[in-house]
Amino acid sequence: MAIIVDDKTKLVIQGITGYQGTYHSQAMRDFGTQVVAGVRPGKAGEKVNDIPVFDSVRDAVNRTGANTSCVFVPAPGCRDAALEAIYAGIETVVIITEHLPVMDAIHIVSVARSRGVTVIGPNCPGIASPGKAKVGILPNMIFRKGNIGVVSKSGTLTYEIVNAISERKMGQSTCVGIGGDRVSGTNFIDVLERFQTDKQTKKIVLVGEIGGTSEEEAAEYIKGNVTKPVVAYIAGRTAPPGKRMGHAGAIIARGRGTAESKIKALEAAGVKVAKIPTDVPDLLE
Amino acid sequence: MKLFEYKAKEVMRKHGIPVPDGFVVSKPDEIKSLPGPVMVKAQVLIGGRGKAGGIKPADTVADAKKAASAILGLNIRGYITKQVLLEKRLDVVKELYLSITIDRSRRSLIFMASAAGGMDIESVPEDKILMLPVDPIIGYQPFVGRHVASFLKLEPEQAKRVADICAKLHELVVEEDAELAEINPLVITKDGKVIAGDAKITIDSDALFRHKDYESLPEDLTPLEEKAKKLDIAFVQLDGNIGVIANGAGLTMATLDSINMFGGKAGVFLDLGGTDDPEKVKSAMLLMSEANPKVILLNIFGGITKCDTVAKGVLEAIEAKKIRTPIVARIKGVNEEAGRTMLKNAGMIPAYGLSEAAELASKESLKVV
Repeated sequence: MAIIVDDKTKLVIQGITGYQGTYHSQAMRDFGTQVVAGVRPGKAGEKVNDIPVFDSVRDAVNRTGANTSCVFVPAPGCRDAALEAIYAGIETVVIITEHLPVMDAIHIVSVARSRGVTVIGPNCPGIASPGKAKVGILPNMIFRKGNIGVVSKSGTLTYEIVNAISERKMGQSTCVGIGGDRVSGTNFIDVLERFQTDKQTKKIVLVGEIGGTSEEEAAEYIKGNVTKPVVAYIAGRTAPPGKRMGHAGAIIARGRGTAESKIKALEAAGVKVAKIPTDVPDLLE
Repeated sequence: MKLFEYKAKEVMRKHGIPVPDGFVVSKPDEIKSLPGPVMVKAQVLIGGRGKAGGIKPADTVADAKKAASAILGLNIRGYITKQVLLEKRLDVVKELYLSITIDRSRRSLIFMASAAGGMDIESVPEDKILMLPVDPIIGYQPFVGRHVASFLKLEPEQAKRVADICAKLHELVVEEDAELAEINPLVITKDGKVIAGDAKITIDSDALFRHKDYESLPEDLTPLEEKAKKLDIAFVQLDGNIGVIANGAGLTMATLDSINMFGGKAGVFLDLGGTDDPEKVKSAMLLMSEANPKVILLNIFGGITKCDTVAKGVLEAIEAKKIRTPIVARIKGVNEEAGRTMLKNAGMIPAYGLSEAAELASKESLKVV
C-alpha cells in the first residue's frame, strides 16, 4: 500500500529547468518515480533528462495525465505555482521551496483544503515510498522497503533517522517530511491517520521539534485513534528559549513549545520517546 | 522582524488606525516643542519597559529633555535604549487588548481580544480572551469586527470604532505581511476616542522580498549573528564551548542534544541549510572560528548538499585563517567517501555516526589543556 505517493503517482515537476529541478528530476526517476512532465513557462517543447517540458501545469496534466506535482519554484513565484497546480486538477502538491511567506502558505493551504487537494510542505524534503515512488529531495540511498511509517518536521534529521533504521535492516512503508514552517499543508495528524489505515505500515516513527503545539496535538490524536506502536524523537531538548533554531517554527516562545512538554504529552499517549536520534531503531525493535 | 514601537505606530497610522501624536529622538537636544503633556518611552524590542524605568511622563520641554537623558542609554533587560518616543499623554478611561497573529493549528490568522488590556496577555485568564480565527477562504468580513467589539462589551459608538480598527488591523497584517500585530493597550479616552496606546508589529522576514522598505531596519543581534544573517546562515550563540555546524535545523538541534548526552555543551548553533556552495561553507567556518569554540563539530548529512563540496569549503577556510581548533568531522551522503578522505587527510577527527561524533566532540571539549 504505502501512503500519498506510490506506483500510480505520475509526477510533474514545477521549476524543472533550475539546478535543483534538473538534479532531482533524475534522482526521483532513479528511485522509480514516474516523472512524466516538467513545467517552466516559456520553455515548452524542451526536455530535461528526457522529460518533456510544458508551459503550464494544465498542459502537462492534459498531455501526460500527471496527478502529483513537486514545486521547486523560488518563494516569490511559489504561491502562483502551487495554486496553478491545484487549479489544474493535481491531487497532491509537494512544495520543496523554503522561505515562503506565511501568508502565502495560509492561502495555498486553505484553497487546497477546500478542494480536497493534499499539500505537503512548504519547506519540506518531500515524501518517499521505497520501491514505489519518491517526490522531493530525500537522498535515495538511505531507504529500504519495509513496514515503518515515518513522519517528520525535519529534513536532514529525517535522513539521519531513516538511515539508522535501514542500517538495522528495517525498512519504511512511506516517509513523509511535512516541513518545519509554521503553517504546513499536511500536519502530523493527517499523516498518522493515513498510517493507521495503511495495511503496509506496522509501526510509526514521529520526528518533531521545539515550537508550536503540533506534537502535543499529535499525542492527543494518538491516544484516541492510533493502535500501531509509535516511536518519537523531539529535537531541541537543549535549545534555549526565545531563539529561533533555524526553522521559522522552531522557537520556544513564552515558555511554550518546549521539548519537555512534547515528550511528556507523547509519553502519556504511550509513545516511546528516544533521547537521541540514533536510539530510534532500538525502540522499534 | 520586530518593529520598534514608533515604527509600528507609523505603519498603523498609514493603515488608518488612530495613534497618539508623537515624535522620535535619539538625543535630548532634538526636543524643541511638545504636542502637550507627553510620555517619554524607550524604544527597545522587549517588554517590561515601564518597570525598568523606560517610560516617564513630562509636561514641559525641560522635563522631557531630562526624562529623555535618563532613558537614552538605559539597559533594559540586555537591550540598550538608542531612541525615545515622545507621545501625547492619553486620558485613559479603559484599556483593551487587540491582536492578530498566526494560528498554526488552524492554519489561519486569528484575532485575540480582551477587556483586560494593559497587562501581558499571557497573564490574562483564558476565559477573558476571545480567540477568533479568520477563515482564509471567507477572508475578513465586517461581522468579525462586530463579534470582537461585542465581546468587549462597549458603548455603541466605541464598539463601532473598535470594529473599524479590527478591519484596518487585518488589512495591515495582510498588506504588510505581518505575523503579529498587537495593540496593548487599545485605549478608550475620556473624550470617547479609541486609540493605540502601544503597538507591536513583527514582519514575516520571508516576505521582505516584497517589502523592500523594511529591510534597512535595525535588529538586535550579536555582531556575529548579524554577519551570519547577511550570509543567510542560521547562527545562534549559546553558552557552551562546542561549535556545531550541521545542515538543516532539525539535525543541528539533534546534534546539540546528542552532545549534551555525552556531557558536552554547544556554544554555537550553525545551520548551513542546503548548500552546494563551497564559498558559503567557507564563510560559515570563518564565522565559527570567530566565535572561538574549543572544538568544532561538523555534522553533515547530504541530501542536496554534496559532501565533497562541503569538505572543499572547510579546507579553504582552515587554510585562509590557519584555524587550529580541533575539528570532529562526520559527513554522510552524496559523495561521502571523497569528502571524508579530504577532511581526514587534513588532520580532522573522523566519525561515522552521529552518536560517535557527539561523543568525540564532547570528550575533546572536556579535555584540560
